[in-house]
Amino acid sequence: MSTTLTAPRPHAEDVGGPAQPLLIARDLAKHFRVRGGSKTARVRAVDGVSFTLFKGETLGIVGESGCGKSTLARLVLHLVERDGGELIFDGEPVGAPRGITIAALRRHVQMVFQDSYSSLNPRMPVQDSVAFGPFVHGRKKPDARRVARDMLVKVGLNPDLFGPRYPHELSGGQKQRVNIARALAIEPRMVILDEAVSALDKSVEAQVLNLLRSLKQQFNLTYLFISHDLNVVRYVSDRVLVMYLGRVVELGPSEDIFTNPLHPYTRALLGSRPSMDPTNRIEEPPITGDPPSPIDPPGGCRFHTRCPFAEAVCEAKSPELGAWLERGSHVAACHMLNAGSGHSAAPA
Amino acid sequence: MLGYIGRRILFAIPIAFGVSVVCFSLVYLAPGDPLQTILPSDATAEMVAQIKQAYGLDRPLPVQFLLWLGHVLTGDFGMSISTRRPVILEVTGALSNTFMLTSFAVPLAFIVGYTMGAIAGCFPGRAIDRVVTGASVVGVSLPNYWLGIVLVIVFAVELMALPATGMGPKGSAEFSFFRWSDAQYLVLPVVTLSMIPVGIISRTTRAAVSEVLNQDFVTTLRAKGLGEFAVIRHVLKNSAPQVLAVMGLQFGYLMGGSILVETVFTWPGSGFMLSKAIINRDIPVLQGTILFLAMIFVATNLVVDLLQSVIDPRIRRS
Amino acid sequence: MSQTATLPAGARIDDDLPPALRVRGYWSSVGVRLRHDPATLCFGAIVLLIVLAAIFAPLIAPFDPYKESVVLRLKPFGYRGHPLGTDELGRDLLSRLIYGGRSSLLMGLVPVCIATALGGTLGVIGGFAGRTVNAAIMRTMDVFYAFPSVLLAVAISGAMGGGMANGMAALALVFIPAMCRVAETATAQVRSLDFIEAARATGAGTFTIVRYHVLGNVLGPVFIYASSLVSVSILLASGLSFLGLGVKPPTPDWGLMLSTLRQSIYVAPLSCALPGAAIFVTSICFNLVSDGIRSAMDVRL
Repeated sequence: MSTTLTAPRPHAEDVGGPAQPLLIARDLAKHFRVRGGSKTARVRAVDGVSFTLFKGETLGIVGESGCGKSTLARLVLHLVERDGGELIFDGEPVGAPRGITIAALRRHVQMVFQDSYSSLNPRMPVQDSVAFGPFVHGRKKPDARRVARDMLVKVGLNPDLFGPRYPHELSGGQKQRVNIARALAIEPRMVILDEAVSALDKSVEAQVLNLLRSLKQQFNLTYLFISHDLNVVRYVSDRVLVMYLGRVVELGPSEDIFTNPLHPYTRALLGSRPSMDPTNRIEEPPITGDPPSPIDPPGGCRFHTRCPFAEAVCEAKSPELGAWLERGSHVAACHMLNAGSGHSAAPA
Repeated sequence: MLGYIGRRILFAIPIAFGVSVVCFSLVYLAPGDPLQTILPSDATAEMVAQIKQAYGLDRPLPVQFLLWLGHVLTGDFGMSISTRRPVILEVTGALSNTFMLTSFAVPLAFIVGYTMGAIAGCFPGRAIDRVVTGASVVGVSLPNYWLGIVLVIVFAVELMALPATGMGPKGSAEFSFFRWSDAQYLVLPVVTLSMIPVGIISRTTRAAVSEVLNQDFVTTLRAKGLGEFAVIRHVLKNSAPQVLAVMGLQFGYLMGGSILVETVFTWPGSGFMLSKAIINRDIPVLQGTILFLAMIFVATNLVVDLLQSVIDPRIRRS
Repeated sequence: MSQTATLPAGARIDDDLPPALRVRGYWSSVGVRLRHDPATLCFGAIVLLIVLAAIFAPLIAPFDPYKESVVLRLKPFGYRGHPLGTDELGRDLLSRLIYGGRSSLLMGLVPVCIATALGGTLGVIGGFAGRTVNAAIMRTMDVFYAFPSVLLAVAISGAMGGGMANGMAALALVFIPAMCRVAETATAQVRSLDFIEAARATGAGTFTIVRYHVLGNVLGPVFIYASSLVSVSILLASGLSFLGLGVKPPTPDWGLMLSTLRQSIYVAPLSCALPGAAIFVTSICFNLVSDGIRSAMDVRL
C-alpha cells in the first residue's frame, strides 16, 4: 500500500491537480445535546479535528470506542450537521455559496458501514440495494441493475448467484462485499470505511482487505480507513491519525507512528497490544482507568488525567498539533514536543 | 417518584382537554343548526335567546367552546330535550347503575380469567392450554350483545329461571342487591358484560405467567428445592401487576362501553341512556354522557398507570 | 459490459452455501408457510365462502329478502320451503341472512381500508418527520385513543344521525389512531437502521428513501394489524346496526336483524339467535385467518 504515496494517476474528475489534497478538514466540531441532563450539557463528540487527505492515499483513523471516529466519518459525509469548522474537497469548500454542495459531495464520497444486521435492507435483494445508488443518481432501473451486477462481479460475487438473494442468506464476508459494491456503484473518488472489517472473522477480513486494495488501484480511489484494530490499520494505511476524546492526538506516516510514537497516548495504545513473545510478557497495562466522559471533558489537554507525564501546564492549556497540513510530517499534540510550552520535557 | 406522578398527571390534562374538544364538536357533527339540536322543538323565543346568550352561539367557535367548557366545569351540562331535566342529574343517576354492573363484572372476570390463564400458562402446549386459548379467542370474537340474547333465550325463555330485562321488579329506584328478587336481575347482565374481559384477562394472564415461568429466577427457586406450589405462588405474584393493569383498564372500558349489553337487558345505566338519547336525538344528553364516560376512562387509565408505577418500580425509570 | 463477466483473477468466493440453492423471495416464502398451515387455510376457505355468498347473493338466495308476508310471520324452520323460517315481517330468514352479509362485510372491511390508508400515511409521516410534527400527530391520536372504541363509534355516528355511510366514517375514525400508532412505531424503528443512513449517504431524498426502503419494511406490521382489525370492525359495525345506527330498515343486516327479531324472542327464540351466529362465525374466522397470516409473516430475518 505504501507504494501509492508516489504520484497516482489523476482521477477522471480531478479538479485541483495532484498536489491539491483531496480533503482538508479544519477544526471540525460536532456537539450533541444531552437529553434529560442539565440544559447546557453537551457531548463533545468531535471537538476541533483537523487533517488532510491526499489523493490516492489511505489515511487510517484509530482510537478507542467513543473517541469520535464514527462521528467524524458522518461529519465528512454530512450525515450529521457540522457544528463548527470547515471542509474543503478538492479545493472547493463544502456547503459554502461558491463551493460544492453537499449533494455533489455525496457523488464523490461514499461510505462502507460495519457489517451489522441492519446495514442492508432486509426486504431488498442485494442487487437492488446496490442498484439503488445509481438509480438515485439518474439511471433508469434496468441500467442501474446492470451497473449493480457488474459491481458484484468486481467484488468477487457471482451476480447470477448472489444478486437476487436477500441479506439474511449471505455470510458476513459476502455482505461486506455487497456493502463495498454499494459504495462503489456510483463511482466515487473517496471511500470512508467505518469499521468495515471489524465484525468479520480473521480469514475473511484478510480477503476483504485484499479486495479493498485491488479495488483502490483499479478505480483510483482514496480511502479513509477507520478502525480500532491497530494491526489492521498498520497493514492498510499510508498515514495514520490517532484520536482521543474528540481531538487529534497524533498524525503521521504509518510506519513512523508505529515504530516511533510521539504522543504518550499513542505509546500507551501501542503498548497495550498483547505481546506475541512469551518470554516478554506485558505484566501491567500501560493505561489505567476508563476514559473520561465526553460530556465533561477535562480542561486543557484531554489526556492529562491519565498521562504519566502530566504537569500543571497540561491542565491549563490545550497543546497544538503542529504542521498537520504537510504531507510527510509526523506531529503530535503534546506540550512535551512544543518548544516553549512550559512543560519540563519540552525542547528549549 | 413524585416527579413521575406529577408528570403523568400533567400529561393527562391536555388529553382531557382534547377529549372535551371532541365532545364539544359532536354538536356540530349533527346535521342541522346547532341551536335546533340542543333545544326542544317547542322552545319559546326567550328560551332560544337565553341559550344563544349562554352558549354564545352567534360568536366565533373558540369563544363558544370556552363558554361551553365553563358551563361544564360548573356542572351545567344543559337540559335533556326529552325529559326536560338537567342532564347532569340524569347522567349521574344512570352512572351509578352502570357502576353497579361493572363492579360485579370486573371481579368476576378477573377471578375466572385469571384462573383460566394461570392454569393455561403453567401447562403450556397441553390440552388445557388449547382449551383456554380457544375460549379467549371465542371471548373476543363473540358479539357480547348476542351472548346476552342467547343467555336470555336459555335462562329466561326456555328455563324461565332468571328475568330477561330490567333492573328489579320495582325499578331502579328501590333496587337492593341484598334481596334475591332484585339481585337476580343482575346475574345475566353481569355475566354477559364480563365475557370480553374474561377473554382478555385470561390471554394476558397466560402470557404473563408463561413469560415469568421462563425466567431464570424460577429455575433458581426450583434448584433451591422449593416445592412446586411455592414456586407457583412466586410466579403468580410476579405476573400479577401486568394482569391487574389490564383489569383496571377493563374497568374503564366497561364503564364506557356497556351500551350494547345494557340495551339488550334494558338495564337503566349510562349506556342505555346513551342509546335512548340516540333514538330521541337528545343531543345534550348524548354529549353530556359521552363527556362523562370518556373522562372516567381517562381517569381510570391515569390511576392504573400510577398504581402500576407504584407496584412495579421498573416502570418509573422509563 | 457482458452479462456473464468473469470474476477477477485471484478473487475467491468465500461462500459456504451450495450453488444449487434456489433463491426465494419473501412473499413467496410467506405463501409456502401458509400452504402448510391447514387450520388457517380452512378458516380462510370459510371466509371466502362467506364473501362469495354475499357477492353472489342474488344467485344463491331462495327468496326475495324484501318480500313481506303477513301470514308467514315467524314461521319455524323448514316451513313451506323456507329453510330457516321467516322473520317478524314474513320475509325469508335465510335470504335475509345471505343478503345481510353484504352490509355487514362492507361495514366491516371499508373502515379498515380507510383507516389503513389514512392512519398508515399519518403514521409514516409522523415516524419520519421531526419531533414537533411527530408530537403533533401522535398527541392528537392520543386524544382519540382516550375514548373506548364502542363509545367513540356510537358518539360519532349517533351525532351524525346514523346510516351506513356515517357508521363507516365513525368506525374509520375509531381505527385511525391505532393504525397510526402501529405505522409510526414501525417507521421509527426502521428509520434508525443503518441501511437508511446508507441510502441517505447515496444522496437520496427523503421521499425516495421512504418509498423504496421504508414502506417495504413498514407494510408488514401494518398489514398484519389491519387484518386483525377486520374482525373487530365487523363486531363493532353490527353493534352499531343493533343500536339502530347502521343500516336503516328494511335493508337486511345481521346486527339490525338481531335487534328486530329480539322483540319476538319468546315466540321464535332460535330465529333470533341466527343473525348473531352469522356475526360470530364471520368474526372468528377472520380473527383466526389473521392470526395465521401473522404467524406466516412474522419471521425473524
